[in-house]
Amino acid sequence: MTPDEIPEENCEEAADETLGGASRAGAPGPAPAPDASDAVLCRGLRYAFGETRAVDGVDLSVRAGEVFGLLGPNGAGKTTAIRCITTLLPVPAGMVRVFGHDTAKERMAVRRLLGYVPQQLSADAGLTGRENVTLFARVFDVSRRERAARVEQALAAVGLTDAADRLAKTYSGGMIRRLELAQALVSAPRLLMLDEPTIGLDPIARTSVWDHINAVRAATGMTVLVTTHYMDEADQYCDRVALMHHGRIRALGTPDELKSALRVRRRTAPAPATTGTSAHPSPASTSHPHFSASPLSSSPLSSPPSSAAPSRSSDAAPTLEDVFRDVAGSGLDEQSGDFRDVRSTRRTAHRVG
Amino acid sequence: MSEAPAAPHTASADARHGAGQLDLLLAPPRARTGWRVLPARVLAMCVVELQKLRHDRTELYTRAVQPALWLLVFGETFTRIKAIPTGGTPYIDYLAPGIIAQSAMFIAIFYGIMIIWERDAGILTKLLVTPTPRAALIAGKAFAAGVKALVQAVVVIVIAALLGVAMTWNPLRLLGVVVAVVLGSAFFSCLSMTIAGIVLTRDRLMGIGQAITMPLFFASNALYPVAIMPGWLQTVSTMNPLSYQVDALRGLLLGTHAHLALDYAVLIAAAVAGIAAASSLLGRLAR
Ligand SMILES: Nc1ncnc2c1ncn2[C@@H]1O[C@H](COP(=O)(O)OP(=O)(O)OP(=O)(O)O)[C@@H](O)[C@H]1O
Ligand SMILES: [Mg+2]
Repeated sequence: MTPDEIPEENCEEAADETLGGASRAGAPGPAPAPDASDAVLCRGLRYAFGETRAVDGVDLSVRAGEVFGLLGPNGAGKTTAIRCITTLLPVPAGMVRVFGHDTAKERMAVRRLLGYVPQQLSADAGLTGRENVTLFARVFDVSRRERAARVEQALAAVGLTDAADRLAKTYSGGMIRRLELAQALVSAPRLLMLDEPTIGLDPIARTSVWDHINAVRAATGMTVLVTTHYMDEADQYCDRVALMHHGRIRALGTPDELKSALRVRRRTAPAPATTGTSAHPSPASTSHPHFSASPLSSSPLSSPPSSAAPSRSSDAAPTLEDVFRDVAGSGLDEQSGDFRDVRSTRRTAHRVG
Repeated sequence: MSEAPAAPHTASADARHGAGQLDLLLAPPRARTGWRVLPARVLAMCVVELQKLRHDRTELYTRAVQPALWLLVFGETFTRIKAIPTGGTPYIDYLAPGIIAQSAMFIAIFYGIMIIWERDAGILTKLLVTPTPRAALIAGKAFAAGVKALVQAVVVIVIAALLGVAMTWNPLRLLGVVVAVVLGSAFFSCLSMTIAGIVLTRDRLMGIGQAITMPLFFASNALYPVAIMPGWLQTVSTMNPLSYQVDALRGLLLGTHAHLALDYAVLIAAAVAGIAAASSLLGRLAR
């Protein structure tokens, strides 16, 4: 077996090496000046599965060190966007950079910076927790001298030290998620990409997963890009969120910015009813023209009016979910999320094995 | 606020487990580069395979049943009726290398089917986001299949020895056997990974896998010499890498006349071609 059968990837790697140091200096990025301090930078990202335009022109920048939430209903295109950023899918249109590295041209360099936890539970059920993490240590070239200690620390960081030598098929869903987190952390990624990390988990397991993420982030200063359906989670844990719907980003900002912007808009536009905001604005809310007419004019959300007092509380404070209903408009409840989406989500909730 | 990574939103932190020491997780490992990547990834995949075998040996045992029956029933019977011209060797001896190759091939083809399972389970997806070139990933899987087949081959060799097959114990020849088994399995696992990259679903691949294993077995010199085959079958047999693997195994284990140089050349070429084909289609599985 000679390395000559991997020509394509080899030159790709060689290219990575030469670009590794220099990319920041003279990156010949086309239009927008790529800021290497951005952990992720997407410009005009599009991806279509046949006729389905899963990602339809996404502009996004995730700042280094922040927890960035990508929110959206089933089929919004979150996973597809994530898979473009992780180099799993080619980027047919637009540009994606991870810490200044182009995902199309410097795949290996990008992958070395990433820790990725996919939407479905993906540990190898036939291996122990420790072996699962060790595989990723090997594959990221952790030296033999450091390997055992590093794996031990990754397992400890997610609270799996005691279960480390059990087969992963005996783990609960929450433990598998934490094991996957350890797999992603063992290579000291600068960007952690989590696709629905808490889906299908009970509230305690959800909190536990987030606590571990936050503890490691506090220690390492890594950037976290997370997708979720759970608006409350995003509100609580994310520095900034982007609301995605039908392949587009409909609103972007800190949770507080988005909520106060909605409050301002509601005040100016005399929205009737919808009294108990958090109380489900039933699907029949389409009967309120004000509500469903406003949606697509989401641009003001990107630069929310600073006049809006950031002090929450006061009158019926809107939740992030209300913001989402507002920007996504009607059709959020039943129409979106075809069978395939729901099925994939449910599969996620299953155990591995 | 987003600039300050030191301030996680939950002040509660994680008292119970305590994140403990994280110092090693602060610095990324030093990247291997160039040719060193390939052997490192192959080793990683082979280690995983051995670990899995250590945890669950049932497949090893269940897969030993068929070769044992072939040797016991088919081998013993045909030894007695002397229907197949083997040039003086007892038929069961003649058959043993063929059965070793066959059971290795079955393992390898099934191993390729596993890659679809791993794709569906998200395991492959995650490996594809590591700094592993596709060809290195496929080569790793191919040699891991070889390792698994090798363990199986040892079982079959032991069974054959128990049935009284006279085989060599010359370590150099046995090393040659190891290489032949690993290369052959690498090819057949790549064959099934290539088909996986074309048909994309497990059900279809299962069907195709079932459909091709027996023809590959029968259209080779595993059961009978090429000389007694009809012309068209001889042609198929010369294109079948399994024939070269069996030829090498027979030559090494029994000391019969073999074309070792040609055998190894074909096996190496087949494995390399298989790795190239499977890795060029791997992207389809990732999508
Ligand atoms: N492999 C695929 N082949 C064809 N269509 C796909 C594929 N993957 C996703 N899609 C479609 O692309 C669209 C976006 O899917 P995606 O998985 O990115 O959404 P999502 O926001 O992650 O949804 P969920 O919350 O359900 O995970 C959906 O309409 C989906 O049906
Ligand atoms: Mg998804």
